[in-house]
Amino acid sequence: MDFLIIENSYLLLTATGVMNWFVGFLTTFAIFAIMALALNIQWGFTGIFNFGVVSFFMVGAYTSALFTIGPPGEYENYIMGFELPILFGWFAAMITSGIVALLIGLPTLRLQRDFLAIATIGIAAILRAVALSTEGFVNRARGMNGIPRILGDVVSGPDYKWVLLAITLTTLVIVYLLVEKITASPWGRVLRSIRENEETTKSVGKDTVNYRMQAFVLGAMIMGLGGAIWAHRMTSIDPEAFNDLFGTFLIWTMVMVGGNGSNKGAVMGAFLCCTFWFGFPLIQESLPDILGNKVFQLREISIGVLIILFLLYKPNGVIPEKPKISRHL
Amino acid sequence: MNKILETMNLTSGYGDITIIDNISIYLESSEIVTIIGPNGAGKSTLLKAIFGMLPIFNGDVKFKENSIAGRNPSEIVSLGASFVPQTENIFPSLSITENLEIGGYQRSDNFQEQLDKMFQLFPELAKKSNEKASNLSGGQRQSLALARALMLDPVMLLLDEPSAALSPVMRQFIFEKIKEIAALGVGILMIEQNAEEALRQSDRGYVLAGGKIAFHDTAQAILANPEVGQLFLGIQKEK
Amino acid sequence: MEEILQLVVFGIVIGSIIGLGSMGLTLSYGITKFANFAHGDIMSLAMYIAYFIVVDLGLMGPTVFSLSFGWGMFLAIAVTIILLAIFSIAIDKLIYKKLRRDKSNIVTMAIASLGVGIIIRAVVTMFWGPFARNFVPGIHEAVPITGNILIKPDQIFIIALTIVVTIVMYYLLYHTKLGKAMRATADNPDLAAVSGININNILAYTWAITGALTAVAGIMLGIQAQVYINLGFNLLLPMFAAVILGGIGNPWGALIGGFVVAISSEVSTAWIATGYKPAVPFVILIIMLIVRPRGIFGSNI
Repeated sequence: MDFLIIENSYLLLTATGVMNWFVGFLTTFAIFAIMALALNIQWGFTGIFNFGVVSFFMVGAYTSALFTIGPPGEYENYIMGFELPILFGWFAAMITSGIVALLIGLPTLRLQRDFLAIATIGIAAILRAVALSTEGFVNRARGMNGIPRILGDVVSGPDYKWVLLAITLTTLVIVYLLVEKITASPWGRVLRSIRENEETTKSVGKDTVNYRMQAFVLGAMIMGLGGAIWAHRMTSIDPEAFNDLFGTFLIWTMVMVGGNGSNKGAVMGAFLCCTFWFGFPLIQESLPDILGNKVFQLREISIGVLIILFLLYKPNGVIPEKPKISRHL
Repeated sequence: MNKILETMNLTSGYGDITIIDNISIYLESSEIVTIIGPNGAGKSTLLKAIFGMLPIFNGDVKFKENSIAGRNPSEIVSLGASFVPQTENIFPSLSITENLEIGGYQRSDNFQEQLDKMFQLFPELAKKSNEKASNLSGGQRQSLALARALMLDPVMLLLDEPSAALSPVMRQFIFEKIKEIAALGVGILMIEQNAEEALRQSDRGYVLAGGKIAFHDTAQAILANPEVGQLFLGIQKEK
Repeated sequence: MEEILQLVVFGIVIGSIIGLGSMGLTLSYGITKFANFAHGDIMSLAMYIAYFIVVDLGLMGPTVFSLSFGWGMFLAIAVTIILLAIFSIAIDKLIYKKLRRDKSNIVTMAIASLGVGIIIRAVVTMFWGPFARNFVPGIHEAVPITGNILIKPDQIFIIALTIVVTIVMYYLLYHTKLGKAMRATADNPDLAAVSGININNILAYTWAITGALTAVAGIMLGIQAQVYINLGFNLLLPMFAAVILGGIGNPWGALIGGFVVAISSEVSTAWIATGYKPAVPFVILIIMLIVRPRGIFGSNI
């Protein structure tokens, strides 16, 4: 990097700017790829129609924040604030998300698919309402601020973004390998057969609701982990930030674009959608004024059009799942 | 000879899977023809292919001398054919009269006349004309299904297992009604699990096995044929 | 007691809006079999179309019958009904029709509908901005029904319009050939097809009627509350609760379900904080899904 400094200070400014943006972008991508892999377990492999991805995103983020942040200061009002190590926060985030998934799954996983979608999108709305309305819980609309950075006491300054990137990418790789291994196992094969034909799977003696619950909880735990990383990366979170568009629809788009049932596809879908979503505002400068200040709406319109086009013309995504269905369970 | 229906080397199935292969059968006015055969032989597929509910891969279907291959059910209905599915063959939340109105959906005149005719044929329906169809018993449902299919005065009626899930008494009743309908000049092509009973009411029969026509003769001849009897009718007797 | 009665009155007003919206949702749900997640946003679109007509085009005119708005609003309702009927048919032909042909399951169609909703929200925000607007500025006085129980003339209008629309819907579904064919198709689409009904025509009419009901419900929502893009989406869950409560495909069930959901939500605020109000329809929904997923009145029209 040093040669850039010597050559041209103007270039340095832009080059550093580009670099910073790119490092931040990759970090975001890695977190979303973790979310997409998690949804792929639920939807891609098992056919669980979870329209409340943002619920677990949010539960994970808040749990890790509450365990690791300091006690509430003046004008702040939230529970816990234990100042525990971040790794502990992540662990707690996964456990809590898993428990929430279990509680949600018990009444809803038996339902037919679209009912499940309605129920889960409803739960996301309820969780936001609770976070916004309950005094002395998670600081309501003011949100959680000053969430500790990952390794914040060891690294600081310009190096921090690299450490953060390294940690999120490493986590992504671990999650990817884990999910690959799990979905290729006999357990994963049962999940796929549930997706293809639940009745047949039931008839060969598999307790399908139980398997669906396991997949739902596992996916939710990974979503919770993604949310936890997100919280420490942003260092402040509030309920309004966890909206359905950003926390659910975008992740669904990733899985659909990538090719549901394919883990490579989920990661690829996350990369394409993140590039699209976070890269889109960059075109603002080149747009005529009248559109330039509408760039965020244009982006939402485009992502809506994108998913519809994929559903219509490329329903198997860019990396379709390899047919692995065996007739013998 | 007045063939109202004739299939020529008809081949059809689901997606790209061929279920019935090279089927050539015919039906005349006032005739009752039964197709028998083991489960999975392609009996329902044949009826659905004739009625435009499945794609035709090869061959042709002629109805009143004109090809109907590739037409949709609603066009085939307007030409004078009718179809009664095996299950879910009524509209449960509609009243009896409304069920018959839907049967006569394409009719523009003499609706009331036809309705009265149906109530004469099936008097037990007349008594319940304003009740929801979901309140009917099994035999009454089957009567309503037949009446619905007759609302447009069809010349051909396709029946998918009309006696399935009925008591012996009701089976007898439905077969008698089918004979009455045929006597009105309607050609009836039906498929049946209760093969022996159905053949006794029929003029001719086809034996369908493995998606192909294995045997074709008059109903009496099939009933008398020891080989067919053992293969396809004996199973029914043991039940 | 008066407080509760006041909340019930308010619940009846909101219930009219949710009820009509749910009627539209349940009709398309019953025939197409997929949950339309864009329904709430189409309701929001309705209020903005009306806003465009009465405010941007300045066609409101002087107020009539103590209402807060003029004849222009009636024009806006009529025009919006036509536009949304066309819009709903167009979306079906452009998107859902192909998904149906591809044998895509109801899930794919539901995701596509969520995409449609997001596009609508973004387009509306692009033209009218993210801030709430009003058809008419200023506070509109309420009048007493009895004692201290109050109602605004606009709210009486909403209830009256709901009654009129319900009567029209009843006539349409039970006394016209089209209505009977629609009910038959919702009941048993395969049998409707072999009875000679052209299913594609029925689908188009169903979407048109759904669009019309959505238009009326959306504009009523704008009159009652504000013209604000999130309002429709926020009603999506209460509407699904009403639809499932009444049985999918059953418009009368949906209407009654709408009143049940709205009145219980409003009355609940006598005991719980207003912030938790969104949880009430959800609790009703979950209880229904577990106890009686076919609805209280069954899925029949």
